[in-house]
Amino acid sequence: MVDELLFFMEVLVGGLLAGTMYSLVALGFVLIFKASATFNFSQGAMVFFSVLAFCGFMQDFNIPFVLAFILAALLMVVVGLCTERFVLRPLMNASEDTVLMATIGLGYVLEGLAQAAWGVEVRRLDLGIGDFPVPWIADNLKLFISALDITAGVVAAIMIIGLFLLFKYTKIGLGLRAVADDAGAASSIGIPLKHIMLLVWSAAGVVALVAGCMWGARAGVQFALVDLALKALPVLIIGGFSSIPGAIIGGLIIGAVEKVLEVYIGPFFGGAIEGWAPYVLAIFFLLYRPEGLFGEKIIRRV
Amino acid sequence: MMKPVFMTYTKKDLINLAVCMVLSVLVIPSFITTEYWYTSILIPWLCLALATIGQQIVMGYTGQLALGAAGFMAAGAFAMFNLILRVPDLGFVGSLIVSGLIAAAFGILFGLPSLKVRGIYLMVATLASQFFIIWMIDKFGWFKNYDSSGIITAQDIVILGKPFTTPLAMYFVCLAVTTILTLLAMNMARGSTGRNWMAVRDMDIAAESMGVSLLRTKVQAFAISAFYCGVAGALFAFCYLKSLEPVAFDIKLSFKILFMCILGGLGTINGAFIGAAFILLFPVLLNAIGNNVFHGAIDATIISSIEQVIFGGLMIIFMIYEPLGMAKLWENIKQKWKTKYPNMNIKNLTSSIGKKS
Repeated sequence: MVDELLFFMEVLVGGLLAGTMYSLVALGFVLIFKASATFNFSQGAMVFFSVLAFCGFMQDFNIPFVLAFILAALLMVVVGLCTERFVLRPLMNASEDTVLMATIGLGYVLEGLAQAAWGVEVRRLDLGIGDFPVPWIADNLKLFISALDITAGVVAAIMIIGLFLLFKYTKIGLGLRAVADDAGAASSIGIPLKHIMLLVWSAAGVVALVAGCMWGARAGVQFALVDLALKALPVLIIGGFSSIPGAIIGGLIIGAVEKVLEVYIGPFFGGAIEGWAPYVLAIFFLLYRPEGLFGEKIIRRV
Repeated sequence: MMKPVFMTYTKKDLINLAVCMVLSVLVIPSFITTEYWYTSILIPWLCLALATIGQQIVMGYTGQLALGAAGFMAAGAFAMFNLILRVPDLGFVGSLIVSGLIAAAFGILFGLPSLKVRGIYLMVATLASQFFIIWMIDKFGWFKNYDSSGIITAQDIVILGKPFTTPLAMYFVCLAVTTILTLLAMNMARGSTGRNWMAVRDMDIAAESMGVSLLRTKVQAFAISAFYCGVAGALFAFCYLKSLEPVAFDIKLSFKILFMCILGGLGTINGAFIGAAFILLFPVLLNAIGNNVFHGAIDATIISSIEQVIFGGLMIIFMIYEPLGMAKLWENIKQKWKTKYPNMNIKNLTSSIGKKS
């Protein structure tokens, strides 16, 4: 009985920590949605693009770790700059769906560019943190929890707290919220829309880079990251598109539910139900609480 | 507007149809003899155009952002395989219709969330159908007749006791099915069904207050869309791939169909054909350039990456400058031509030819 409980705890904790990885990707979506009411479908592609560039800098040019990270982050700022200038600004007054489709196109561009520049083979990313159980926890609590999972959890927590403080207590954050509420009104009282957009897209790019590092260290840097990042969408639906805490809670729920289902129910169906379980969970949320746990209520006017 | 002569078809439509039929039934078979054109371009073009019409119905006409066309195609393809295997009395055409209906059932099931949500929310819900259908086929051996290799060979097409196995014969099968379904789609789009779809697309709340049932309209659109995708998927598997594997219908194919639909022109039937042709032919062109101009100096993976960049870039450009896609571009060109040469139409042309002789 105790063993079963321990096993369940292990599955649950593993799922929760893996869920923080989804949260990291979802965070990028939320940032952009909060500040510009744009669904950025290319966030997954940004994850792939940034981490592949990071690997490329390190492995092809032998640039040291920290410098390569800074370069990759700068590259994401440039991507943000170009996106603002060439995609968002011309689409300023377009409908939500049009912008969404444009970001699907942007995702394609980023994926293609990344593969053209750095190749298509799977790259290994070594962060110096092993993906194996931490001995101390294994000895004392009898739980086998990977060090990488814990790192991802800590990194996610730091970023969430940082962004939360930024949005809540700084002048920039106030500007961001104002733009999200009503871009026209915000710009009329002198909030520089361009700068806000650039800032947000760059921040989302850096968040994507961090998320990519975590995913890359676990699964290898490869195209499949884009598909994994799609799972951030159900996370967002559960947590709510405009809530930073929602992104983390949604990620935790998705991570835990998909792991528990996979381990306890999966074997009856031949496994691999984690491929669709998050989406079906999202459908149930959509039917009963379309705005998500923490999102603002969706109000549509005729 | 011209007055319709038959159902909702105008005289112009009938002329267009006749021209297309002459081109596709008489001209193409007598001029194109290489198998490559049939097996690699014409057949997949017809199949994917049909699937794109399905996507058009739900996305272009009804305005519901869906991203699960490949899932419904897989449902149709595997339904076809099992029907031919287990209910041989049904025949090819019967199986095709029934497999479309099975796909439509899935369409209704996964279209239900559209009653509550829209935009990206709905996209996520339809992604569930994509992943769930592929997983279901993959994990339950019954659908694949317990074949362990993962790839099943599709049965030969037999209609009324006659085998249709040569590329040309398969092309005619695809052509016939696509023509009939395209005509039906045009008729639906112009009739009250299509009016309801478009009313829901333009403003669902307003449509509802005008007495259009959202439940009925949306579910109908999803069902018909999935029917088209299902039939397209069955043809895609039986005429083009000639094998059945769930991997062939992954999310990438869904995105491809989405691109065909958007680049071709949302809310148009001919846009489906233009978009499908573009997405299919452009890589062929790029490869040809890579091979002939650069003599293979560019790696094939780089070419496919460039192709992705161009598709994505075009998507952005079209969204900015012409959200209605290539079909609208074509309309614009025609319009310009008409204002430039107002007397150029078929009647004058034929009479002037008559005068000369």
